[in-house]
Amino acid sequence: MRRVTGFLVLVLIALLAFAIPSVSAQQEPIRIGVYEPMTGPMAAGGQMTWEGIVLAHEMTPTVLGRPIKLFLADNKSDKVESANAVAKLIEQDKVIAIIGSYGSSNSIAGGDVAEKAGIPMMTDSATNPLVTLDKEYMFRACFIDPFQGEVMAKFAYGEGVRKAAILKDVAQDYSVGLSNYFKKTFIALTGDPKSIVAEVAYQTGDQDFSAQLTQVINSKAEALFVPGYFGDMALVAKQLRQLGSKILLMGGDAIDAPELVTIGGTAAEGIVFSTFYSADAPATPEAKKFVDAFKAKYGKTPNANGALGYDTYNLVVDAIRRANSDDPKKIRDAMASTKDFPAVTGSTTIDESGDATKDAVLLKVVDGKFTYLTTVKP
Amino acid sequence: MTWAVFAQNIVNGISLGSLYALVAIGYTMVYGILRLINFAHSDVFMLGAYMLFYIDFMFRLPWWLTFVLAAVLTGVLGITIERVAYRPLRQAPRISSLISAIGISFFIQNLGLVVFGGRPKPFPVPQFFSQSYMVGSVYMANISWVVPVFSGLLMLGLTMLVYRTKVGLAMRAISHDMDTSSLMSVNVDGIIAITFGVGSALAAAGGIMWALKYPQINPLMGTVPGIKAFIAAVLGGIGSIPGAMIGGMLLGMLEIMLVALMPTLSGFRDAFAYLVLIVILLARPTGLLGREFREKV
Repeated sequence: MRRVTGFLVLVLIALLAFAIPSVSAQQEPIRIGVYEPMTGPMAAGGQMTWEGIVLAHEMTPTVLGRPIKLFLADNKSDKVESANAVAKLIEQDKVIAIIGSYGSSNSIAGGDVAEKAGIPMMTDSATNPLVTLDKEYMFRACFIDPFQGEVMAKFAYGEGVRKAAILKDVAQDYSVGLSNYFKKTFIALTGDPKSIVAEVAYQTGDQDFSAQLTQVINSKAEALFVPGYFGDMALVAKQLRQLGSKILLMGGDAIDAPELVTIGGTAAEGIVFSTFYSADAPATPEAKKFVDAFKAKYGKTPNANGALGYDTYNLVVDAIRRANSDDPKKIRDAMASTKDFPAVTGSTTIDESGDATKDAVLLKVVDGKFTYLTTVKP
Repeated sequence: MTWAVFAQNIVNGISLGSLYALVAIGYTMVYGILRLINFAHSDVFMLGAYMLFYIDFMFRLPWWLTFVLAAVLTGVLGITIERVAYRPLRQAPRISSLISAIGISFFIQNLGLVVFGGRPKPFPVPQFFSQSYMVGSVYMANISWVVPVFSGLLMLGLTMLVYRTKVGLAMRAISHDMDTSSLMSVNVDGIIAITFGVGSALAAAGGIMWALKYPQINPLMGTVPGIKAFIAAVLGGIGSIPGAMIGGMLLGMLEIMLVALMPTLSGFRDAFAYLVLIVILLARPTGLLGREFREKV
């Protein structure tokens, strides 16, 4: 009896030993890393992006017949933490492709690490040109800041603004870059190098802008462009209105977050900004399916970051499918040859520099809601 | 710079400086009595603002009552922190308490991230505070005079507490010599608990006032104001309550004037604040109103 049991146990072990590798070879998941600011001053952007990614993952949970496993690393809205997060994703979680990050400075820091390791990375909403510059493994699903700066400068000019002021965050590549592109186009439009009447700065974490805004008001500017993040913009709006100024306030895609209104309150009224997408003006048929699914899951309308998170996940999965392999190099090549992909934020083609060319959407805060103004084609 | 702009900047400077002063008072009080730089002060500051946010959200009480409740509850929390993290280290070298304070600071921040979430929350601001109006050519929000007046009153109240009451006498005795005080039947643990309670309530008041002016709260909101208040306290002479007031005002005014006079340097305002700290530490380590304390061996 005892011998029989012993034999059975041996057989069982042998069976398991054969069974496990064959099962795992089939079920071994495709590992995709995500690094986003889940905490810190950019948390809203990162969290909304993550919502979009999770939704896309639910709708497309497998590729090449294998399940997809997502690994999330919080970069805490910080450059150094971004590099750490990417290193962790690559070394510890063994991911073969990475999505992220909201915030150009985060993406630049994270991209350096991925580039060295030869892991393809696609950023959802980092718009600074430096993010993909001279990088082989770095791509993006959104437009870039030279275009965005031009859109906002043209908008201001069209509104009759001839003297504009800029308030930028010197600690953010996004902010510094975008303010320069705005300035360049605005000066070209007015033909007057002195048409930017004030250019003042702050640093991430600052909450008091009274001195800078006093400067802006004193310069008699007719509009103020603030290429900062949503939390800063809400406080800028509050303090600007408290200082008695009623000038036009403009921002970029980084203020597209509900916090702009919940924190800014009535002071946020009338702010105009450019972003990637609006649920009110779906760019593709894909958009409707996305909006319905998003509303069903989260009970709210998605913003541009939710849409880009969704798109980026699908773009990465599409690249893996076309590469027909989990080899990072092949995925990278497939990503680079993405053409006319039907994304929610517009048909996506990756160009030689790794960027996408897309329409910009202009939104305005009216009665506490982001109201669609117009779509600008590149 | 025209007269009107200058006046506006003075108002801005007082408004910012009095906030620094308010937070610095709490720092300095705890230091003055315990010789402990309570690095968790800036996180208690954050907790105070969240306390008000949640009390207001859940009970919808009159605003002043919410404010008092939040400050008192945060005070109780401060006493708890002292009990858990500092009292066991009372006999240990001073550096241990300092490290413990840093640990508590990180603990509270990260706990905040888990409990409150990383996204900023809109702080409830009664209409009265954010209302602004024109005085001459200067725009001023009500909060801009409420904070200086409130800080001034707190400073007076605190000075009264420390110099005119029996508890204050005990605090000063402890600050001179803890062991001898306890021999003189001073309840050292009790007094230190009170000190932390008051200090934390002050931090809460600071956090709430800060959030009234900059109405977005997040778990990391205390870091920058905390460092600035620390600089202010050192500038005024750490341990001196009027010194903290003056240091805060001075730092606020310096920061605003730097931006006003040198707009191209406006992004480097924080660097400037640290520069002030370094210069003060090199030139006059005891600060403007500080007294020399000899380390007892």
